[in-house]
Amino acid sequence: MHIASVLIRRLLNAVGLLAAVLVLCFTLIHLAPGDPAEVIAGEMGGATQEMMAEIRAQYGLDQPFHVQLFSYLGNVAQGDLGFSFYFDRPVTELIIDRLGATLLLVVSALLLAIFLGTFLGVVAARNPNGLISHFVTVLALFGYAAPVFWTAIILLILFASVIPIFPASGGMYDITGPDDPLSRILDIAHHMVLPVITLSTIYLAFYSRLARASMLDVLGSDYIRTARAKGLAEVVVVYKHALRNAVLPVVTFAGLQFAQLMSGAVLVEAVYSWPGLGTLAFESLLRRDTPTLLGILFFSSMVVIVANLLTDIAYRLIDPRIRSGAK
Amino acid sequence: MSDAAREFEQKLRVESPAREAWRMFISNNSAIVGLAIFTLIILTTFVGPLVYTIDPFELVWAPLTPPGEEGWLLGTDYLGRDLVAGLLIGGQSTLAVGAAAAIITITIGITVGALAGYYRGWVDEALMRVTEFFQVLPPLLLAMVLVMLFEPSLTTIAFAIGVVSWTSAARLTRAEFMRIRELEYVKAARSISASNARIIWRVILPNAAPPLIVSAALSVGTAILFEAGLSFLGLSDANVMSWGKLIGDNRPAILAAWWPVTFPGIAIFLTVLAVSLIGDGLNDALNPKLRRR
Repeated sequence: MHIASVLIRRLLNAVGLLAAVLVLCFTLIHLAPGDPAEVIAGEMGGATQEMMAEIRAQYGLDQPFHVQLFSYLGNVAQGDLGFSFYFDRPVTELIIDRLGATLLLVVSALLLAIFLGTFLGVVAARNPNGLISHFVTVLALFGYAAPVFWTAIILLILFASVIPIFPASGGMYDITGPDDPLSRILDIAHHMVLPVITLSTIYLAFYSRLARASMLDVLGSDYIRTARAKGLAEVVVVYKHALRNAVLPVVTFAGLQFAQLMSGAVLVEAVYSWPGLGTLAFESLLRRDTPTLLGILFFSSMVVIVANLLTDIAYRLIDPRIRSGAK
Repeated sequence: MSDAAREFEQKLRVESPAREAWRMFISNNSAIVGLAIFTLIILTTFVGPLVYTIDPFELVWAPLTPPGEEGWLLGTDYLGRDLVAGLLIGGQSTLAVGAAAAIITITIGITVGALAGYYRGWVDEALMRVTEFFQVLPPLLLAMVLVMLFEPSLTTIAFAIGVVSWTSAARLTRAEFMRIRELEYVKAARSISASNARIIWRVILPNAAPPLIVSAALSVGTAILFEAGLSFLGLSDANVMSWGKLIGDNRPAILAAWWPVTFPGIAIFLTVLAVSLIGDGLNDALNPKLRRR
C-alpha cells in the first residue's frame, strides 16, 4: 500500500480516537458525583436553589446530555478545553505553557533509553555470558521492580544532598541565575540530568533486554553468516547488517509504550518539581481541578497518538520490506 | 533384572503436565528465591501486626528519629509515626489492592481477548477498537482521574488500576484464542455441537492458560507499582496505611531524612522483584518450547 494512503487512514483513525477520548472525558464529568454548579456555588460561598438553577441555565447545565456533549466537542474543536477556576486561566493556555517541558523530558528520556539500551543489548548479545550481559539482566530486573518515583527520590537524595552535584531545588532552571540564552540552556541541561536518567531507567532496562534477545536472534541468521563468510569486519556485520533488523522490535515498543512514558513523567515531574504536564496534573489533583486534569488527559492522549504515527513512519523508514508493501 | 524392569516401568509412567511444570519451577533457582521472598513478605505483613501491635497512625516518638535510635528499629516518620508498624500494616493494603487489581485486570483482559479472538469479524473489530482506545490513554493519568472523581478508597483504586491496565492481557488472550480455535480438538468439540460458551471457557481457555498465568503473575507486580504511584500522588484512602502513602506523606522531608521513604521503597521493590522472578519462573516452566531444550 502506498505510504500516503496509509498515512491518511492513520490520521482518520487518530481523529476518531481523539473524539472518543473527549466523549470519555465528558462522560466522566457527568458520572462523577456532584455537578459543576455545586462547585461554582461553593466558590461563591453558598447559593440558594434559585441561584443554583440560574447557574445551571447560565452554563447550559440544564440541557440534555447529548446537547451538552456536542457543545463541549464544538468548543474543543476550537481549542477551548474549559476554564480552570483554581489557576484562573483557560485550560488550553495552561497546558500549552507546560507541554514543552514535558516533551523535552519525555523525548530525551526515550532517546537515551533507546540508544543506550540498544547499545548495551548489542554488546550483551555479542558475549551472552559476559559481564555486560549479566549487568543487563540485573538492570532489567531492577528497572522493572523499582517504583519510578522512589528511584527519583533516591537519586535526588544521593546526587543533590549527599553529593551535591545537581540542583536540589528541582524545577527547570534557576530563576536567580543569568538569563542570557546560553547559560539558560546550560542551566536547563543541568536541571534535566536527574529527571531524564530516572525516567529512562524503566525503559532502558526493557530495551536493553529486548535488543539483546532480538540481536541474538538476528546474529544466528543466514545472512549474517554470509556477511561474515565474505570477510566483512565484525564491527560492520554487527552494527551495519545486524543492528538494522535487531532494532525493529525496540522501535515498535518505544512507540507502543509512549502512553506509559507519559504516565512515568507524571511521577518523575512530581518528585523533581519539573514544570511540565505531570506537575500540573499533580497540582490540579490536589485542588480537585477536574477541567484541567481532563484537559491534560486529552492532551497526553494526543501526544501518544502523534507519537504512534511517528513510530509508524520511523518503522517504514528502517524496514524497506514494509515500505514497498511486501510483508 | 528387577531393577532394570523398574527403571523401564518408570520411563513408561507419564508425568502430568502440571507436575512436570512444578518440577521445572522448583528446579529454577531464581524462581525459588522469588517464591521465598514473596512468602516471607506475606507472612510478615499478615502475621507481623498480630505480634507487633503499635498503631501505624499513632504518634509514638519525636518526628524523624533515625533508625535504631531510642529503640525504634526503622525510626519514625515526619509526624513521629513508627515506620515498622507502617511497613507491616501498610503492606497488607498494598498487597491486597495489588492482588484485587490484578484479578480485575486479568478478568477484563481474558473476557475481551477471548470474545475477540473466538468470534473474529465485527466483534473482534469493535473490541480491538476499544483496546486501541485504552492503549492511547496514559494509564496513570486515567487512573488519577477515575480515583479522584469517585473518591479514593481501596475499592476504587483497585478498580481504576484494573480498568487502565487490561489491554496487554486482552491482546495476549486474543492471539492465543486465534491460534487455538483452528486446532483439531476445537473442531472436534464443534462437531459434537458443543455450545460456543462451552468451547470458549472449557475447551480453549484451559489450553490458553499457561501464558495467561504468567501474565497474571506479572500484572500483580505492575498493580503494586501502580497502587504505590497513586498513593504517592496522594490518591489513597486517608484512613488506610500503605507503602506508597508512607513515601508520599514523607516526600516533603526527603532531604532531611532518607529513611521514611527508603524503607517502604525497598519493600515495594522486593515485592515486585519477587513477583517478577516468580513470573519468569512460571514462564520457563509453562512454556513447552523452552522445556524441550
